[in-house]
Amino acid sequence: MYAFEYHRPTSVSEAAKLAGQADDMKFIAGGHTLLPTMKMRLAGPANLIDLGQIAELRGITRSGDTLTIGAMTRYVEVLNSAEVRDAIPALVEMTELVGDPHVRHRGTIGGSIANNDPSADYPAACLALNATIVTDRRKIAADDFFQGIFTTALDEGEIITQVSFPIPSQAAYAKFRHPASRYALVGVFVAKHTDGVRVAVTGAGSNGVFRVAEMEDALSRNFAADALNGISVAEDEMNGDIHADAAYRAHLVGVMARRAVQAATLG
Amino acid sequence: MTTVSLTVNGQSVTADVDPRTLLVQFLRDNLRLTGTHVGCDTSQCGACVVHLNGQAVKSCTVLAVQANANIVTTIEGISQGGELHPMQAAFREHHGLQCGYCTPGMIMAAIDIVNRKGNALDEQTIRTELEGNLCRCTGYHNIVKAVAAGAQAMAQTPLRQAAE
Repeated sequence: MYAFEYHRPTSVSEAAKLAGQADDMKFIAGGHTLLPTMKMRLAGPANLIDLGQIAELRGITRSGDTLTIGAMTRYVEVLNSAEVRDAIPALVEMTELVGDPHVRHRGTIGGSIANNDPSADYPAACLALNATIVTDRRKIAADDFFQGIFTTALDEGEIITQVSFPIPSQAAYAKFRHPASRYALVGVFVAKHTDGVRVAVTGAGSNGVFRVAEMEDALSRNFAADALNGISVAEDEMNGDIHADAAYRAHLVGVMARRAVQAATLG
Repeated sequence: MTTVSLTVNGQSVTADVDPRTLLVQFLRDNLRLTGTHVGCDTSQCGACVVHLNGQAVKSCTVLAVQANANIVTTIEGISQGGELHPMQAAFREHHGLQCGYCTPGMIMAAIDIVNRKGNALDEQTIRTELEGNLCRCTGYHNIVKAVAAGAQAMAQTPLRQAAE
């Protein structure tokens, strides 16, 4: 790991100020992607700004039909939250599949979506649930936030403060887990809202998390697994690697979408 | 250098560290607590698991400075008065180890499972919950038995959360 200067702000405004002054900086949230990346010297920021001591970035609240989760809320806090379980149980079930228990004790929601790993789970949840990503500067719709592999709408020094999820009537996530890394080879999050169904896919797309309009249209008319019969995603837009080629991933998108709808309609 | 102050196994510790020092390096190299192991150094294997504020974490993926003002418990901190923690005793009794390299992390993870899931653990729960800890010797069979027995023993023995 390259040397860096460490900063530990206690408020969002202090963190933003530090970010504005520091050259070549990165924020660290749970650190479970950034630290391994720094160890491999794929990242070597001169300044590391730790968001871990900022109390205002944590916590879970429900207001009417919206569930809001602070950016530095750790996965374990989502798992233990009766409010999340009551409002969006699919979010709890998905979080149980992130990493392993030790990783879930450190990893944060804000860190996951700021990183936008093409195999991460939370980007799919945000997209399917039509979440709003709130920063210290503005509110960004999930549709505008995720802009391709490891790329988001965030500007330099912009800090995610919270994520707001409209509460769907039905939702579920189905994940085909890579057995070693536990990332999604393919994960599909399906959510039924009052104005239609949204389907978001992670792990599969060569350009990161994406929605499947054809599935959404079919499921909006008939929210049942059979409605997906005959619908497939284009193989040439899928990732291929030593674990699964593009054709296999394209096939899995259909299978996981079906399973997610089945789980949502059973639940 | 950055000053870090934390509590390790009940003792207050303050040191000046290079900010890139990992928690596991700080424990092993600065404090000479070498019971916590480094296996993969890539957050996969779990040999480095310690408790941070009572929760199991991979100490190869936490900076020592991130643990400032926190409470850390390592494998050295769980026995009391020379008597093994019930989970340690169960690993010995059930031969839950061969080379022993993964054992400190396994035991710290196992205690964390009991803290979260209670004392009556079925095999499936134990296997699922241990997914962040790799053992290349045992095939896990006796580890699973040891965790189940240790979990029960923890209910019977007065809780020895020495440093937590």
